Amino acid sequence: MSTGATAMASWNFVRKSFYQDSVTLMLLTRDMEAVPGVARAAAMMGTPQNLVLLHDAGLLAAAGEAAGPTDLVIAVLASSGAAAEAARAATERALTARPASGPPGAAPRPRTLAGALRALPGANLALISVPGAYAGAEALKALRAGLHVMLFSDNVPVATEVELKTLARERGLFMMGPDCGTAIVGGVPLGFANAVPRGRIGIAAASGTGLQEVVCHIAAAGDGVSHAIGVGGRDLTDAVGGLMLERALAALASDPATEVVCVIGKPPGPATRARLGDWLGRLGKPCVVNFVTRAARPAGGGSTPPPAATHVAATLEDAALAAVALARGKTPAPVEFTDPPGAITRLVEDAERRMRAGQRFVRGVYSGGTLAYEALGLLEARLADVAPGLTGGGVAHRVVDLGEDVFTVGRPHPMIDGTVRREWIEKEGAAADTAVLLLDVVLGYGTHADPAGELLPAIVRTRRAAESAGRHLAVVASVCGTDGDPQGRSAQAAALRGAGVVVMPSNAQAARLAALIAARRA
Amino acid sequence: MEPGHLLAAEIRVVSIGLELFADALGARRVPVVHIDWRPPAGGEPRLAALLARAGDDVDVERGRP
Repeated sequence: MSTGATAMASWNFVRKSFYQDSVTLMLLTRDMEAVPGVARAAAMMGTPQNLVLLHDAGLLAAAGEAAGPTDLVIAVLASSGAAAEAARAATERALTARPASGPPGAAPRPRTLAGALRALPGANLALISVPGAYAGAEALKALRAGLHVMLFSDNVPVATEVELKTLARERGLFMMGPDCGTAIVGGVPLGFANAVPRGRIGIAAASGTGLQEVVCHIAAAGDGVSHAIGVGGRDLTDAVGGLMLERALAALASDPATEVVCVIGKPPGPATRARLGDWLGRLGKPCVVNFVTRAARPAGGGSTPPPAATHVAATLEDAALAAVALARGKTPAPVEFTDPPGAITRLVEDAERRMRAGQRFVRGVYSGGTLAYEALGLLEARLADVAPGLTGGGVAHRVVDLGEDVFTVGRPHPMIDGTVRREWIEKEGAAADTAVLLLDVVLGYGTHADPAGELLPAIVRTRRAAESAGRHLAVVASVCGTDGDPQGRSAQAAALRGAGVVVMPSNAQAARLAALIAARRA
Repeated sequence: MEPGHLLAAEIRVVSIGLELFADALGARRVPVVHIDWRPPAGGEPRLAALLARAGDDVDVERGRP
């Protein structure tokens, strides 16, 4: 325990050799912060990185300082020792209610891969979501045991990625990831994945939320997905060289259920781009590519034009609609806005009319990396002074991707836990020069049970605060999901609209609308 | 085995890490086993990587696989 000058003091309780995953830790933190007399709390594993985070938050005390990486640290900033003890007791109750050994009465859970393979004979895929520091070791064990791997974890070094993918290729295995948020294999959604019908469009994606946006628009257009293979966000960089994209395209080429192939990701490195043309040429099936592009860069083909049979789409939405059109033997047509021009003009005027002088900028606060990147590119094409990165820096228009590695160390992804995003929404909403908050709301298995409901209190608070300061804050969002998802797209959109949020049919349309509003404020 | 074989196979999953992904699969009746995972090698990532490379797959602390 340490005491400070204020009435609050930090208290740490340590449970030795007691690992809990980041979602459980988030729930423990929530339980503790609900205890009267507790100002802040955190449940974290005692890794060196986490101890720094606890220190910076003013939550670290002597007991926590001595913790190791396998120890659970319960840290509480509270008004009294009794309140801190009540918070600790709350974590005990939560942990007892949900033991790590699995549901009561079930067979004990295996503790190693060998044990798991005995418990589930014929297992063929490992879904790995341990902290990044350990992820490479677990993936290596799984590949050696002959399992395909989907590696959800991020914070994995690129050298480890190349080693794992090279081994996978030698053994004829898929190595999806690292940082592979989602995949759908044979109708089975893995990681963050949406409920979409099975169908004839196959997807290979170096992008998690990009893949989600595409499959949801395919479903909305009435078509379906054969397989959606995530290859990891860095696969198309020249450091990795498309090691898994090449394999994914070969697998989709020979898959009888796949009639049209869609390839998405950030723009490939120059050497990888040069080889991509060959891979696409060997597909023998109609193909759509969308390399989510920044304004200054060429869309899709770049210096090496894609094969003539390849359709280049400008956005994720257009890629989905083009794939559907090709599957139906039609000519793809891009979409600017679903609504007619008059309706869009009215939306812009309504949003902009009550703004105050000085409210000029779009502030994007995202949970999906590719969605953030796509929004950034669309803003850059339409507005001056857009900050180039996705870390939330910059003085004019800016977009932050809170799923970036730097924001997720020791924490669940923002699509699971909206705490950090609520803070950013209120921070950006409080800035006097913000005209538009631009948001994504991503649904699906594994994501928060009610992401709109989780964000709305922050949206409502920040809009009210702005109104009381004489500012009208426009909030524009899109919902990436389907009505088959556990959260239901229509219900989530209705909840957002009920709070005055303008909900657009796609991320691209949301970004375009935000840019139109800001352009009138220039 | 070619990667394409995964696309034609029944997916049977070993889940390592976040339990919610295993729960989501179980709810859809996808065969899944979730490992009661703990950081190996006393939580020391470099040692864990070395042990994985050496083919180690034993829960040393608790003495059982």
